[in-house]
Amino acid sequence: MNITLTVNGDDYPLDVEPRRVLADALREDCGLTGTHLGCEHGVCGACTVLVDGEAVRACLMLAVQCDGAAVRTVEGLAGPDGEPHPLQRAFSAEHALQCGFCTPGFLMIAAGALESIGDDPELVDRLVESNICRCTGYEPIRRAIMRAATDCPPASDRSPTSEGS
Amino acid sequence: MKPAAFDYVAPHTVREAVDALGDTWRDVRVLAGGQSLILEMHMRRICPDLVVDINHVAGLDRIGLDDGTVRVGALVRHQVFESPQAVPGPLGRLCANAVVNIAHPPIRTRGTLVGSIAWAHPASEWCAIAVALDAVIEVRSSGGVREIAARDFFLGPLQTARAPDEIITSVRFPLLGGSTGVGFVEHRRTHFCFAQVAVAAAVTVHDGLIVDARIGLANCADRPVRARAAERVLIGADVSAANDHPFADAALAGDHQPVDHPFGDADLAGNRLPADHPFARAGRAAADEDAAPVDEPYADPEYRRQVIAVLVGRTLRQAVADWRSHAEPEGGLR
Ligand SMILES: Cc1cc2nc3c(=O)[nH]c(=O)nc-3n(C[C@H](O)[C@H](O)[C@H](O)COP(=O)(O)OP(=O)(O)OC[C@H]3O[C@@H](n4cnc5c(N)ncnc54)[C@H](O)[C@@H]3O)c2cc1C
Ligand code: FES
Ligand code: FES
Repeated sequence: MNITLTVNGDDYPLDVEPRRVLADALREDCGLTGTHLGCEHGVCGACTVLVDGEAVRACLMLAVQCDGAAVRTVEGLAGPDGEPHPLQRAFSAEHALQCGFCTPGFLMIAAGALESIGDDPELVDRLVESNICRCTGYEPIRRAIMRAATDCPPASDRSPTSEGS
Repeated sequence: MKPAAFDYVAPHTVREAVDALGDTWRDVRVLAGGQSLILEMHMRRICPDLVVDINHVAGLDRIGLDDGTVRVGALVRHQVFESPQAVPGPLGRLCANAVVNIAHPPIRTRGTLVGSIAWAHPASEWCAIAVALDAVIEVRSSGGVREIAARDFFLGPLQTARAPDEIITSVRFPLLGGSTGVGFVEHRRTHFCFAQVAVAAAVTVHDGLIVDARIGLANCADRPVRARAAERVLIGADVSAANDHPFADAALAGDHQPVDHPFGDADLAGNRLPADHPFARAGRAAADEDAAPVDEPYADPEYRRQVIAVLVGRTLRQAVADWRSHAEPEGGLR
């Protein structure tokens, strides 16, 4: 089937089988390997991306379902000049990654909710519970997301990405 | 682990979806949230010939209210129910309490209530609520529409009375009245796990006495269970009795001795209600008469009966507390 994925603001016209899941289309067809695949069960969260602004498991959505949708992946977080996103800076500052396999998923689930955290700090716990990290013990990830949410008021979160999308 | 090849259509109307499902010589599956279906397709436990993606069908994403019932369309996502205002009254609070137990946020943005009913997992929170409240499942095929009562719908693990050419368009729940209190309590190993046991309760109180009780159990048998024996115990019970033991846990008296279990709940060894307390008796009735737990790893049936007895008592206390905080000003107790 012919579809167009809009990933981080760029159009990717693709010819995919219906059975191609979004994560594979991103990795194999768009060459965007930042989105990782762990379990392909919806459990680990390594594949989490934003589709039309909402965090979803890219292993549990078909690429054909995203025809025309705006997809945002970890590659789209940094600004056009390579300036890291506030979340990426916070993950670095808090040592919120070791092997890094889970990191794209945690970054994207946090990116999808960052602006809501201000009114609801417990949301951070729910976000961190959603994905699996085998290295860090979660606490640094929780701190990093809190730090990004406090450091960067909503507007500054929007600016590096709006150019990209 | 990748899905096997299949044909794919994305109809825009229920009519077109029904026509596609009419292709009964092939394995045709509706794709709603995909949070169970695509997972099963990865494992190749399900290899459909044709997938009918209903996500573009107009009008299915609504919650409608009419005649004391709420009608949940086939595309209403789990996430919607996180707000207790999504549905009016006590039912909205019950849904909000229950839904946070279903997977985690990125699954809830896609998965649907109706998809959970269609999938009929014995541990499903929505299925337990559907049997407790006598929900009605509305299905449509080229032959017309039909309504199936929840009590007749669930036939076993992942088995329902829906025919393969039928699409569920919506599920109807009765709205609960203002003098009803609700509770939902679940026990599971981790956030990624399905419930080991979950209990939904709605109790209606009049003049301080329980006049109606509805209890649904998840993962307590091969299908969702309505705990009718437990409900019978509660009719006429004085809710002020619950208040006498606000921190005590029901049902750990009598025959039920706490077991030393690695995944046991700390409260299992905690405070007890007297064995003759109605919530304790209801917990025992649910565990011994209503439930028929199936053996599974990490939780043998005997352990689960213990958990059922405890959780039923706890859910009832929550329901009475919910009734107190929401209904007392108008409802009036004493
Ligand atoms: C990590 C993880 C944890 C989970 N934890 C829980 C949990 O704790 N509790 C729980 O209840 N669920 C849980 N789920 C399952 C999740 O809730 C699913 O969303 C739900 O079971 C199915 O809804 P869906 O809309 O995704 O349906 P789909 O996956 O699209 O469909 C499921 C099945 O129902 C059929 N179907 C769907 N809609 C219709 C319809 N309208 N008419 C006819 N047939 C239809 C499909 O053909 C398919 O066979 C979990 C899933 C994951 C990945
Ligand atoms: S790969 Fe998608 S959740 Fe694990
Ligand atoms: S950093 Fe290694 S899994 Fe999270």
